[in-house]
Amino acid sequence: MSSILTDKRTATLAGYVDDRVGASKIVKTFARKIFPDHWSFMLGEVCLYTFVVLLISGTFLTFWYDPSMALTRYEGSYAPIVGQTVSKAYESTLNLSFDVRGGLLMRQIHHWAALLFVAAILAHMARIFVTGAFRKPRELNWLVGVALAILALAAGFTGYSLPDDLLSGNGLRIISGVIQAIPVVGTYMAFFIFGGEFPGEMIIPRLFIMHVMLIPAALLALIGIHLGLLVLHKHMQFPGPGRTNTNVVGYPVLPVYAAKAGGFFFIVFGVVVLMAATVTINPIWNYGPYDPSPISAGTQPDWYILFVDGALRLMPGWLGPIPTEFSTFGYVWSLNILLPGAVVPGLMILALIAYPWVEQWLSGDTREHHLLDRPRNKPTRTGLGVAALVFYVVMALAATNDLVATHFHISINDMTYVLRALFFVGPPIAFWVTKRICLGLQRRDRELALHGRETGRIVRTADGEYFEVHEPLDVYERWNLVQHEDDLLVPLPQGKASGLEKLRARMSAFFFEDHIAAVTPAELEAAHGHDEGHGQAIEGDTDAHAVGAVGRGSETSHGH
Amino acid sequence: MKDSPTTGHNDAGPSHGGTGTDLAAPEGTALENRFANPGLPAHRFRTTDTDPKAARNAERQVSTIFLLSFIGTVVFLVGYFALPIEDDKSLGRLQLSTLVLGLGLGFAIFCIGIGLVHWAKTLMPDHEQVELRHDIRGTDEDRRDATNIILDGVEESGVMRRTVIRNSLIAALGILPIPAVVLFRDLGPLPGTVLRESLWEEGVRLTRDPDGTPIRAADVTFGSVFHVIPEGLAESSHPIEEKAKAAVLLIRIQPEDVKPIESGMINQADWSYGGIYAYSKICTHVGCPVALYEQQTHHLLCPCHQSTFDLTQHCKVIFGPAKRPLPQLPITVDSEGYLVASAGFPVPPGPSYWERGVSE
Repeated sequence: MSSILTDKRTATLAGYVDDRVGASKIVKTFARKIFPDHWSFMLGEVCLYTFVVLLISGTFLTFWYDPSMALTRYEGSYAPIVGQTVSKAYESTLNLSFDVRGGLLMRQIHHWAALLFVAAILAHMARIFVTGAFRKPRELNWLVGVALAILALAAGFTGYSLPDDLLSGNGLRIISGVIQAIPVVGTYMAFFIFGGEFPGEMIIPRLFIMHVMLIPAALLALIGIHLGLLVLHKHMQFPGPGRTNTNVVGYPVLPVYAAKAGGFFFIVFGVVVLMAATVTINPIWNYGPYDPSPISAGTQPDWYILFVDGALRLMPGWLGPIPTEFSTFGYVWSLNILLPGAVVPGLMILALIAYPWVEQWLSGDTREHHLLDRPRNKPTRTGLGVAALVFYVVMALAATNDLVATHFHISINDMTYVLRALFFVGPPIAFWVTKRICLGLQRRDRELALHGRETGRIVRTADGEYFEVHEPLDVYERWNLVQHEDDLLVPLPQGKASGLEKLRARMSAFFFEDHIAAVTPAELEAAHGHDEGHGQAIEGDTDAHAVGAVGRGSETSHGH
Repeated sequence: MKDSPTTGHNDAGPSHGGTGTDLAAPEGTALENRFANPGLPAHRFRTTDTDPKAARNAERQVSTIFLLSFIGTVVFLVGYFALPIEDDKSLGRLQLSTLVLGLGLGFAIFCIGIGLVHWAKTLMPDHEQVELRHDIRGTDEDRRDATNIILDGVEESGVMRRTVIRNSLIAALGILPIPAVVLFRDLGPLPGTVLRESLWEEGVRLTRDPDGTPIRAADVTFGSVFHVIPEGLAESSHPIEEKAKAAVLLIRIQPEDVKPIESGMINQADWSYGGIYAYSKICTHVGCPVALYEQQTHHLLCPCHQSTFDLTQHCKVIFGPAKRPLPQLPITVDSEGYLVASAGFPVPPGPSYWERGVSE
């Protein structure tokens, strides 16, 4: 105990609080709660901390920003546009940048934090996906996470539009065009959202209230649920010696996590401030105020919207002789906008929502899971994850096609043709390659568990044979390589199977059939018996473990 | 099952920790076929645990880092008062101010974080501890009790017996959301026909964007491009909305470069004046301005999604997501030699929408 805060004083203060709020129960439950450690667990923390930075910096900005589209003559500090007609939103953003000390810094902190917030969400989501952290009992928290990701995009886009500069105004123009393309109700929706024709005078005040109130409130509520469920379920952990499905191994909140996680908040905040200090972002004075007539080359949205913009760029207006926009009975179907602008993002969200239940249906596995999967041990899931990322990146790349074309001296049309092809073939290739890599890594794990690691020491036997000495793994190292179970396969039911049952069995086989079984004690025993007196056998059995072995456990291994 | 209190670490090695039974391969595969979880490995001590000198060093490092944070805040404050931006309105001064404030504040915040983490990693206990999980589900007894409470509640409310009340409540609740939807109707006016209309009509002069000065046909040299708005745009009640429909590009090319009108197209033969063509500047895809003109090929390009329109083929789409050609504005000259529209746009300018009609 420190000298200033004596036991007695602590007790008095704690007693005062406890008498009024019953804090002792809370402290007893949570202060020594154990959290497991892994570097990838900090991705979720980055999401939370950048959100806090967004709340702090955003509040600062609202003290000066005026969400009005009323036109005014700019007479501020930035000489090149003095005398131009601009909206009050744009004028107040310029004043905030030029006349408030630290105002530009705060704007840049807010913008960088927003970009980092969405990036961290994506990375966190990818981590959850490839490690299987969405499995029972955490499926509902996965859904909360998907909702948070969508809200983060909404927060980003509504904020992006507020300065009313040329770039963001054209972003809104694109949104209005996409809304107009919706059959039957599109035109009405556009008029209701914009309060009349584009751009009208209502859209920025409306986006503002969504950006500073509705969306942050929803984000806060869902973050509360997200973290509440995290505490309820307790954090998952990677498998390892001493770590099981029924325990949590790690450090207590007080003092280690309080210091580490609390400190990490300051690190994230500090890095964002340093980025904002040194790297200019969104210099709206260069873009100028919004005007429906001018535009600049290289118009890109913020990175998280790139995929929608890229999809819009990839979709052709004609598929050979077939138009993708056509009329029936005098009404227009704009599939060239609807498919990339609404259907593709909609299907992506649907896939994210459905995945945990699809996988559970295919594995028939209804047990609780508290141990993470090593991504390599789930080759199909990891492959699907990487395929999804590649799909996303192809579309994002398409939204930068003009910049890529000018920087690398490629024809923009050729670049678009290549990306159109990659849109379809990129994900399957990524899936196949990733799955092969995972199986290769699993094979290596198996090899290592059976024979130990190479020492580089070559020994010549009395018979003149050479072999390399392998050093066996200790039990702790080995456990990491042999702990995983095989997946459950849903077999085709006996007798007459329905179409759905057949589909389920086929898909289940596609998901779980290819794997390399973990080494069992019997196999290790056999391999060691083999090694005695004959070193070469070490190389021999690599190929014996065929990919695609059905069933599970020790039946799959052969050839010793 | 109650959450057991945290067990402290014990260095006994393999016997500690889980037994691995929960990881038994399911269904049929006997436990003995798998390895058992060896339990937590023995704890390794850090040099700061064993060497008091190392611990003192770490202590000094942590406090030095916190001191750096202190200095960072001082830098921020000095920068705030020493670099006023009111006197010097240059962009350079603004950037310097932003840099100094940001570096000061950034290091002030960053160093607190680094210091805390370094403290936790070097000096706070690093013994891993084990906590047991408990079932997420309630016990069977809890479940039974909960179900009974709900059933009792439903029974006491009488909602199942008093069907008239129940059904009328369902009807009332069912219709209640409609006012919420109806209220949103007043968010905006109905579209009507405004998307078809623009300020262009017979006799409206073509003027330069943004100053609104009229353009003489004689001023338009071969290969030149004018950004055009209708005369009187600034005086209209909603100049920005009107501009979003009425913006026009004016280009003069050699008439022989333009391909003849194909059958099936609107007869646009007399819509140009001496090789001067006027086309809507608003992309027929989602409405970005088509502002890039390639003089050599006479292609117009929208920088948002790369829809490419060929001026020599009456602005037909030759690449990208747009499907319809840019609408052409019929033009002629008035008695004073100024360019004027000879009619409005023959089709609605701008992006497609459901009621737009024929998508030519």
